[in-house]
Amino acid sequence: MITLKDLPVEEYYLPGNAACSGCASALSTRIALKILGPKTIVVIPACCASVIQGYYPKSPSKVPIMNTAFAATAATASGIVAGLEVKGRKGITVMGWAGDGGTADIGIQALSGAAERNEDFIYICYDNEAYMNTGTQSSSATPRGAKTTTAVMGKGERKKDVPEIMIAHDLPYVATACAAYPLDFAEKVSKAMKLKGLKYIHLLSPCPPGWRFPTEKMVEVGKAAVMTGAWILYEWEGGKYTLTGPSKGLIDKAKRRPLKEYLAMQGRFSKIPEAEVEALQRDVDSKWEAMKKKLGA
Amino acid sequence: MIIATGNHAVSYGVRAARAEVIAAYPITPQTQIIEKLAELIQSGEMRAKYIRVESEHSAMSACIGAEACGARTFTATSSHGLAYMSEMVFWAGMGRFPIVMAVVNRTLAPPWSIWNEHTDMLAQRDSGWIMMMCGSAQEAHDTTVMAYRIAEDERVLQPVMFGLDAFSLSHTAENLELIDQEVADGFLPPLNPESLPVYMDPDNPVTFGNLLGPDKMMEFRHLIKEAFGRAKGVIEEAAKDLSNATGRKQHGLIEDYRSSDAEVVILAMGASSGDCKDAVDILRDEGIKAGMVRVKTIRPFPGEEIASSVRGAKAVAIVDRDYSYGFGGIIGREAASYLSKKPLNYIAGIGGRDITVEDFRKIAEDALASAERGELGIEKWWGMRGFEG
Repeated sequence: MITLKDLPVEEYYLPGNAACSGCASALSTRIALKILGPKTIVVIPACCASVIQGYYPKSPSKVPIMNTAFAATAATASGIVAGLEVKGRKGITVMGWAGDGGTADIGIQALSGAAERNEDFIYICYDNEAYMNTGTQSSSATPRGAKTTTAVMGKGERKKDVPEIMIAHDLPYVATACAAYPLDFAEKVSKAMKLKGLKYIHLLSPCPPGWRFPTEKMVEVGKAAVMTGAWILYEWEGGKYTLTGPSKGLIDKAKRRPLKEYLAMQGRFSKIPEAEVEALQRDVDSKWEAMKKKLGA
Repeated sequence: MIIATGNHAVSYGVRAARAEVIAAYPITPQTQIIEKLAELIQSGEMRAKYIRVESEHSAMSACIGAEACGARTFTATSSHGLAYMSEMVFWAGMGRFPIVMAVVNRTLAPPWSIWNEHTDMLAQRDSGWIMMMCGSAQEAHDTTVMAYRIAEDERVLQPVMFGLDAFSLSHTAENLELIDQEVADGFLPPLNPESLPVYMDPDNPVTFGNLLGPDKMMEFRHLIKEAFGRAKGVIEEAAKDLSNATGRKQHGLIEDYRSSDAEVVILAMGASSGDCKDAVDILRDEGIKAGMVRVKTIRPFPGEEIASSVRGAKAVAIVDRDYSYGFGGIIGREAASYLSKKPLNYIAGIGGRDITVEDFRKIAEDALASAERGELGIEKWWGMRGFEG
């Protein structure tokens, strides 16, 4: 169990970068790199994280970063792993850091390929549930009902469940996390770091400008996502699901806060019809029913 | 001496060059290249890591990642595969990763076609890659090794792709002299990671490829322009050194065949250049002073070298197995901009139609007759048949 005191004081992702105030991606990159340490190579495709690095010749990163094209995170990371292997360069962790568009949409083919080959790197999808870098267009990870610039009345389709897709690849380790629970996330990164093969972590990253909530509310919104059950924190390892963090106590529906509390915090769900809120609540409930079966509970 | 297809000649070249990471995706007619490499690796005859990627886009992405860690990389593709890879082809060129790629030149669909045409590779001509075209299986083998020397030369540090015509070169078995491993090792030193423009090293961390404003981009691109300026000399030097090392005449920028006193010169490219040479010999026997110049290197474009070789000719016939719609034959148009006299541009062999010895002979005669009538600067689609016949 990682506590705040266990997190290294050393910083590898520095302040003064170009992230928006309250950015969950920048914060979580900082946490992940504290765990992974200096012997890390990060691969970043086109996404918010490519902009967060700011302008050449400056960089907030104390570890090497390989920027690559939108669809290419997992393939570029595969090449890096192979290059390190053939050159006998041991003890270096490779981490892909991609958004939901670069993971659930344009990058899923390369990710699936790398997963099938079980390439030895950590892939973290920071999921802000839309194309935020280009101004909040819908992605397949955008939840139903959320308004985006390409779904002005709210998206009609449900969110693609990428962690389940990755589980279907029978990886050594799959986990979900939320930027509002950095220690839970740190624990998962730490676990992933010790395993060989492709480790996948799907990190919910509340986005102040995209989800339309005040910048200081990022942690509150993230906590609400978990406490209402809209986002479930779990690990999957060796065919077994385990709930983590506050999600452990939320199997009983009565323990979960009503979903509308989470929705009400965000402008992207403003003026959502009551019937739609009920439908979304049913989505959450059925997701938990499915999780209960997976847990054997 | 062995008998090998153009494709296998490339595979043996990759082995001689000691490529360390190969990432590839199958496409007809490139498959033999990667099958042979997979076999060589799996049988232990070659020490390399083969990444079985799920697409050409990923093949080039993986080569870029491996190259950034100091590994010598290779991939091969063709036609649709190259088009699908295109985003990463530019990434490799603009990022200055000295990757080597074989392109088995094939027509782009629709309609589906697996036969040869050069448009696939030429469509990538502004991607920052050095581009070469081979004329024989032997040249494909030798060029594979030469490509690494050029790409990794510290005066260049740009990727190199070289083409071989689908089937007429890729699948035709010819006599092949393999480059001895000691000869290859003497010609091609190991890749020096310190020389790489991009090297991923946690002990010396750099951020590669983050945002660059308009205030510096021109200077970055100018570095590539300068590398291409130096590349001409490096290519000629590599060809000379490999000629000496192998005892076989290697061509760098162009191949000049009987053109010094020619009144008609055919500018050709790729495998059909062998037939073109036969046509030149026949014409010479008939008393017509014909010659051929073959474009070996497409980027950097050997415009001055071509101009110098065809200077005395009455007629220059440029044969393009490619086309830029709304513009013309790509090599024809590019070469024309260097010539004082307008050439004739023959569009031939599109979609893999044969260009025979007889075709080249007639093209030369046609060009000469046209020049005598003062009809220059004309484009002709050679051997059109109509849809009814």
